[in-house]
Amino acid sequence: MCLNFVSLFPSNSDIFMPSITIMAKLNLKINGEVKEVDVDPSTPVLWVLRDHLNLVGTKYGCGIAQCGACTVHLDGTATRSCMLTVSMVGNSEITTIEGLSENGDHPVQKAWLDVDVPQCGYCQAGQIMTAAALLDKNPNPSDEEIEMAMNGNICRCGTYLRIKKAVKIASENS
Amino acid sequence: MDQIDKHIGRRAFIRNTGLAGGGLIIGFSWLNSCKPKNISTEQALEMPKEWFEINAYIKIGDNGVATIFCPNPEFGQGVMTAMPMIVAEELDISWKDVLVKQAPFNTELYERQFTGGSQGIRRSWEGLRMAGATAKQMLKQAAAEAWQVPVSGITVSDGVLSHEATGKTAGFGEMAAAASNMEVPENVETKAVKDFKIVSHSKKNVEGKQIVTGEPMFGLDYQYEGTLIAMVEHPPAFGLKLKSFDDSEVRNMPGIVDVFQINTYDDNFVRNFFDTNAFPDLVAIVGKTTWEVMNAKKKLKAEWEPITEKKLTFDRFGSISEVTVPSGLESTKKHDELMEKMASQPGEIARKDGDPESAFKNAAKVLERSYSCPFLAHNCMEPMNFFAHVTEEGIKLAGPSQAPSIIESTLASRLDVPAEKIEIEMTRMGGGFGRRAYGHYAIEAALISKQAKAPIKLVYSREDDMTFGIYRPSYQATYRAALDENNNLIAFHVKSGGVPESPLFANRFPAGAVDNYLAEQWVINSNITIGAFRAPRSNFTAGVEQAFLDEVAEAAGKDPIDFRLELLKRVKENPVGEENDYDPDRIAGVLKLVKEKSNWAQTPPGVHRGVSAYFCHNSYAAHVVDVVMDGDQPRVEKVTCAIDCGIVINPDAASLMAEGAIVDGIGNAMYGNMSFTDGKPDHSNFDTYKMIRQNEAPKEIEVHFVQNEIDPTGLGEPPFPPVFGALANALYKATGRRFTKQPFSTDKPPLVG
Ligand code: FES
Ligand code: FES
Repeated sequence: MCLNFVSLFPSNSDIFMPSITIMAKLNLKINGEVKEVDVDPSTPVLWVLRDHLNLVGTKYGCGIAQCGACTVHLDGTATRSCMLTVSMVGNSEITTIEGLSENGDHPVQKAWLDVDVPQCGYCQAGQIMTAAALLDKNPNPSDEEIEMAMNGNICRCGTYLRIKKAVKIASENS
Repeated sequence: MDQIDKHIGRRAFIRNTGLAGGGLIIGFSWLNSCKPKNISTEQALEMPKEWFEINAYIKIGDNGVATIFCPNPEFGQGVMTAMPMIVAEELDISWKDVLVKQAPFNTELYERQFTGGSQGIRRSWEGLRMAGATAKQMLKQAAAEAWQVPVSGITVSDGVLSHEATGKTAGFGEMAAAASNMEVPENVETKAVKDFKIVSHSKKNVEGKQIVTGEPMFGLDYQYEGTLIAMVEHPPAFGLKLKSFDDSEVRNMPGIVDVFQINTYDDNFVRNFFDTNAFPDLVAIVGKTTWEVMNAKKKLKAEWEPITEKKLTFDRFGSISEVTVPSGLESTKKHDELMEKMASQPGEIARKDGDPESAFKNAAKVLERSYSCPFLAHNCMEPMNFFAHVTEEGIKLAGPSQAPSIIESTLASRLDVPAEKIEIEMTRMGGGFGRRAYGHYAIEAALISKQAKAPIKLVYSREDDMTFGIYRPSYQATYRAALDENNNLIAFHVKSGGVPESPLFANRFPAGAVDNYLAEQWVINSNITIGAFRAPRSNFTAGVEQAFLDEVAEAAGKDPIDFRLELLKRVKENPVGEENDYDPDRIAGVLKLVKEKSNWAQTPPGVHRGVSAYFCHNSYAAHVVDVVMDGDQPRVEKVTCAIDCGIVINPDAASLMAEGAIVDGIGNAMYGNMSFTDGKPDHSNFDTYKMIRQNEAPKEIEVHFVQNEIDPTGLGEPPFPPVFGALANALYKATGRRFTKQPFSTDKPPLVG
């Protein structure tokens, strides 16, 4: 991959719903439990998790699907929760970092500790969720595939080399 | 063994009897408020029934488990692990029996609870060792009294006290209660470096498990009952201020509780060093949830008006200075023109050795090159935020800050409350890089809480964060060098300046190595606020100076490493001037190490290499960057790095820090750019502000440390600045073109035809 100036993730997205201000009771499947929330349906899942359900492991970094800090799994697929409105979730299962494993022992989490990836740590929940979804679909990714999958997750502290190393270890161990 | 006089960090060892009842700690509000966590090992340690406070850094439980408090705030530099390692080393406890906690902010108990300047470890080294060593001495004293033997006969290893002659042994837990009542010893011995068992032996991040499981740790995660969310609206451009606002549409929006104006400080307020703030007048919106407040903020209608020129007073740790803030709406295009103009005029002379004018006139060869860089935004991944709860009784704050003491002092004077009434909890920071030394957002949070009469958490959106200022300044530098007919460097001239700060270090290498030397500087005033950004000034100067030296070496027909080593030899043997602020041996040391480790003599085919070496923040770093071409696109394949920061506390974490600094350096050199049009920042989020990503990071980074027993110095900043130079030099080899304008990704040759 090259030192390329073009961002891979254009911000203009048409998935935003028009702003509606009616509240609605919704049932969300989160980390294996059904949670009832009473929110404006245009609220992004990120803020429902953080402000309504007290699940703050999912982070806010940009709000426009550019940094990956807010990554959760939607039916197993890595998804930016900052631009996923609750109304779009329907029956899909949401998994957050808190629900990735029972005791923090998912192979990706273990590899992360093994390699001692984090610096400040703020981006890491998003990195881990992206990595876990990647390995789920592609248990033995090549270097290029890891780079492609992880490219949407910014780490301001620059832990990219350890992230890649940890993904490889997790792939070997899972 | 080293004798350390006890005056170092003495305050920390005087037991705070207000906190401890008969040695037993009860009712620490900051301890009770959080459930036991911060566990340093995979397995949870068994908690003791009672804790005994030995000093402000150490509590020992009746089962021998110790809690060690990290005095400094953590933003990814690893102090939460490294500082307790130093204490544990001198305490002589097994690392697996250690729990680590963030200490409370308390200027009575701890000194310099500040993160910045790469000074944490350097300035605390002796104090932390003393904390451990005095505690160990008190435990030994307790054992000596219990066993009725002389204290000199007691040895300690891995948390066990032994007396060989009588065969008695006891764990720390058994002696903790008695030790906590011992006199604090006057003089204690610290260990010899060769006896270290924890320091210099890699330990994992003590908060790793919490990070990978998504536990609440950051300011943005802070929870407190009844907390409302607040956001602020600041002017869209530097040079503007709030004129009026219309909140009629906002007030009735769902979840909105209040909308009002705050004034962080007025123009007459005497500001602390880190109270930089372009936008003191703000509209605050308070509501129930973040999303509701974000939506309301979009609907706020505000009118802005131009600022007039003003003078602000800063109290920079006791020295009062006045800063002129000009009016007007500034643009990058205009800045560039002004910088070019300043560069063409004589600057203020900061250092002059010999007779540079004549030397340049009589030179066989003269080289000249100009360099520039844009403003940069810090872009910490966790946007600025702070919790505040202001009541009649006192002020409770919590959040990410590199400099809580400044927040305390500014807030005390702004709200006219005694500092004792302000409690600040330091949360883990999602990055800092200098940005979080500027605590305006904590003051804003307190003012909002006061007015709203509620606990609030102030949250900046990414856009608020990126457009508030406190940027790395834009700099320019012109270098000239004169060679004689034998290709000796006979004169060196640097003239540099910036908006609104000069990056010059007049006494750094190659000052001292050249008989005829001239350093000049200039500044252009601006109303765009700037602040410390990972290795301030060095983050430009190192790169351009090291790029220029590369060019001079080439003109002199010399290998770039040999060329630098020759100059450093000159400094060592016969320095010019007395003010040179670096140790030539230690720069030479990292250069030699990087030369060896990169196998400099044998560049692999297809690889283009650049080298650099630099001293800043008391440490030394050298890099060799390997660039390969992917078609016409350069790519960084590998970076080899050599560092001399004295004793390395936690080697694997130190490597991680250097790896991060290298990736950050490549990212900012290639892409980092904040520009302005009519005072307005051109970028406000990561869609157009390009950050380095996974596929642009080097494939491999090797970090090597010079092995010595010199007292440790810092690492957060030193490996960062020289990256820019080594990369520029490698890009030159790869493309045949000198990259002089950052960011390099847009530094293209002018189109012809
Ligand atoms: S917060 Fe969702 S991608 Fe940045
Ligand atoms: S570890 Fe700090 S942003 Fe990734």
